[in-house]
This record gives sequence, structure tokens and C-alpha cells, in this order.
Amino acid sequence: MGSIIDHVKKYRFLLNELVKKGIKLRYRRSYLGVLWTLLEPLLTMIVLTIIFGPLLGYSDDKLFPVYVLSGRLLYNFFSLATKESTRSIRVNAAMIKKVYVPKYLYPLSYVLYNYVIFLISLIVLAVVSLILGLFPTVKLLLIFIPLINVFLLSLGVSLILSTIGVFFRDMEYLWNVALTLIMYTCAIFYKTDRFSDTSWIIWIFKLNPLYGCIDNFRAAIGLADTFYTHCFNWNFALYCFVFGILTIVIGGLLFRKCQDRFILHI
Amino acid sequence: MEKEVIRLENVGMKFNLSSEKLDNLKEFFIKFVKRDIHYDEFWALRDISFSLNKGDRLGILGLNGAGKSTLLKVIAGVYKPTEGTVKREGVIAPLIELGAGFDMQYTGAENIYLYGSVLGYSKEFIRERYDEIVEFSGLRKFIDVPLKNYSSGMKARLGFAIATVIEPDILILDEVLSVGDAKFRKKSEEKVLSMFDKGVTVLFVSHTLDQVKRICNKAIILEHGRIIASGNVDEVSKIYMEKTK
Repeated sequence: MGSIIDHVKKYRFLLNELVKKGIKLRYRRSYLGVLWTLLEPLLTMIVLTIIFGPLLGYSDDKLFPVYVLSGRLLYNFFSLATKESTRSIRVNAAMIKKVYVPKYLYPLSYVLYNYVIFLISLIVLAVVSLILGLFPTVKLLLIFIPLINVFLLSLGVSLILSTIGVFFRDMEYLWNVALTLIMYTCAIFYKTDRFSDTSWIIWIFKLNPLYGCIDNFRAAIGLADTFYTHCFNWNFALYCFVFGILTIVIGGLLFRKCQDRFILHI
Repeated sequence: MEKEVIRLENVGMKFNLSSEKLDNLKEFFIKFVKRDIHYDEFWALRDISFSLNKGDRLGILGLNGAGKSTLLKVIAGVYKPTEGTVKREGVIAPLIELGAGFDMQYTGAENIYLYGSVLGYSKEFIRERYDEIVEFSGLRKFIDVPLKNYSSGMKARLGFAIATVIEPDILILDEVLSVGDAKFRKKSEEKVLSMFDKGVTVLFVSHTLDQVKRICNKAIILEHGRIIASGNVDEVSKIYMEKTK
């Protein structure tokens, strides 16, 4: 136990620096800088609302932009974190070959810095919600549950993908395709009540842990049209949590087993 | 009896040199089905055992490809040996491949913190020694410029300044005494020599026999990953001269 604390103490500063680097460099050299964390989701929200609002018949729903934005923010975090983690070992090959640093710090720092950017961008969601007249209720306190779950899920998946990514570079491209599929099964710009409760499609939402997080998140910020239960779904919360922990355990074991061989493959 | 700081026992490092590099799934799958995957095993190091006491200065001699750099990286902890054990005590300053961990988009100042953290320094330590690092590198004027605009000499100077700001117990030198221009080289040699006075343990790789004789008291010769001679620097360098004749 003492060695774990020593370890954390020793590498906390490095992790800090790596996270800071990710945040600092993402928007460096763009004129608007960090403002893009807020602007980008806002603009995407407008595009998605303009296209899918009328197309799918949600024009009358004045909270549809909030619905779209909340889904997209969570999905975007998951997508960026896992995508960048898949490449994390390869991108840092020069460093890994030259100095000893615990290798899990690379995917971990990628997930963390994307998480920080994601948390900052929640400001947009707050502002848009208030402007459109969606005010927080006491349910908002539950928001930390999906926020933790989506982090666990992203970290676990990232650990798995970063390991596979070392040995099979194809994973980067395969995962991009998979992410497109995941995006369409997360009900970001359409609502799940389009499908009847008995339809098999419902099972896609029930089993998709990322959708579970998004649904919990929407319920917590007070959107009424979440999954057909129309309230915070504790089954989803528990399922996502267990799923997330499971991916972390699997990813962690896999990563630990393979990490000494990374250096021979990059 | 001096304290033992480094001990290697039967260290071996094996690399798989795949005849063709397989890095995509399709190829791997086809070859896997055809049972066509074979790795050429290659032992870069084999049966390496030695120990060093505090204050020992070991010269590592050998031709190109003898495994010298691999040995340094095993000791520095970058490679995990395939077999055997490496024990080391104290703070290691690996002056190999200076500037690994530099980010080209970062400014010099930001890189001091980044590279410092990579080398395991604490935040407070870097903050305290920041001025010393900048002063030693002689790059005060350029410290807020992104590193990609630095010349290679400037990068090396910054790397050296950061890596040598601590007082290490073990110093790993891979022919880095030739960093930067003549003026900086003199400065860096003085810095390294001042560390010697403090009783640092040194591992030094060089092709220049004179340099090894001047710096080290012990030496080993590596050939094809094995130690073929070890002992006092004078004896070993005689053997080395015989071999390279």
C-alpha cells in the first residue's frame, strides 16, 4: 500500500504536466483558443438542430437543442478520449523508447485532459438550458453519477484500445468506424420514443452503456423525454457503473500484461 | 567497504526481429492462417553480471551493435530485461538521448517543467532551480520561444541543463560530453567533472579510449551482447587496443 502512495506521489506531477500539455496544445495557434471548447459544441448543436429538428419532426420541441447538445457533449468526450488513447502509445514512441515513465500515464492523461475540456464545455449546456427555460431541479444533484460513469467507461475502453493499438495499427481505423456506429446508437439527435417498447431496437439502447450515461445525464438536467421511463433510471446507472469498472479491470490487466512488449513494437 | 549501488545479475535482453514487420491485421491474419509467422530471435545482451560501488566509474567499450546503448537503457529502466535482474539505488540522471519528452510546440520554459517532470523532479524543485537551468543553458532570450524554432544545439543545451540540475547518485553518459558549441562543451564538461568530485557513480559509453581512460577506473568490453573482458580500466583498455588493431 505504501508503494502505491509513493508511486502516486512520484508521478502525480508528471500526470499533471501531461494533462496540462494536452489542454494547452489543443487550441494553441487558433485565434479563439480555449473559447473553442465552448464555441464548437454550440455550433454543432445549431447545425444538428437545424437539420434534424424539422427532418424528424422535433421543430415544436423548444428544448430539442438541449437534448442534442447534452447527447453530443458526452458522446464527443467518449469519442475523442478513446480515439486519442488508441494512438497514445504510438504517438509517444519517441519518449517511451528513451526514458522510463509508467506507460499507463499516456492513455490516462489523454482521457483526463479530454475530460477536463468536456467539463469546461458543460458551461455552454448550462447557458443554453437557462436561455431556453430549462431550470435545474434537485435532480441535478444526480448528475455526478453519469459524469463518473462516462469517465470510467472511457478510461476502461481507452486502456483496452491503447494496448491493441500498439500491436495492430488497424485498430485506429476500425475504431473510427465503430465510433460512427456507436454515435448512431446513442440517440443523440433523435428520441428513443420513436420505437415501440416491444421493438428489438430498444435493446440496443438498454445494452449500450454510453447511451445509459447520456440518458441518466439528460434525466439529471431535467429533460423529461429520456428513456421510456421518463425519470432517472437507476438500472442504467448501475449497469453503466459495473460495465465501466469491468472495462477498467479488463483493460488494466491487458495493459499490464502487454506493456513490457510495447517497446518492441513501436 | 563502499556501498553497492548497481548490481546486474545474468541480464539478458531479447528482441524479436520479425523478418517482415507485421503491423496490420490483414497481413497478420493471412500469415497466421498460413502459419508463416516466425520471429528471428536476437539477444542484444546475454549473461551480463556486474556490480558497482558508490563512486565507481565504469567505461563501457565495444564496437557498434555490441549492445552498449541497450545496456544503458536496461540500467536506466527504459527496457525491461527479458531475463535476470537489475538492482539500482538512488537518483539516476540518464544523459542518454537528451530531450526525450520535449514537446516541439511548447516553449522552452514550458519544456523545463515538462521534461523535469518526465525525469521525476518535483514541481517545487523545478521552480526553485528554474533560474539555474535557464542560466546554465544560456537561453534566457529564447526561453519563451516554441522549441521547434530552436536549433539542435540549443535543444541539446536545454536538455543537458535540465538533466544535470539534480545531484544524482548514478550518472549515465552516452557520449554526451560533446553537446553544443565549444564554449558550452567546456561548461558541460566542468559540470560533469564537478559531479565526479561528489562521488557519483558513472556509467560511460564512448568510442574514444582516451576519454574512457581519463574518466573511468573500471571498464568492460561488450561483444555481441556478452562481456568479454572486465576489470581495471588500464588492463581492459589494453585488451581493447589489441582487439581493434
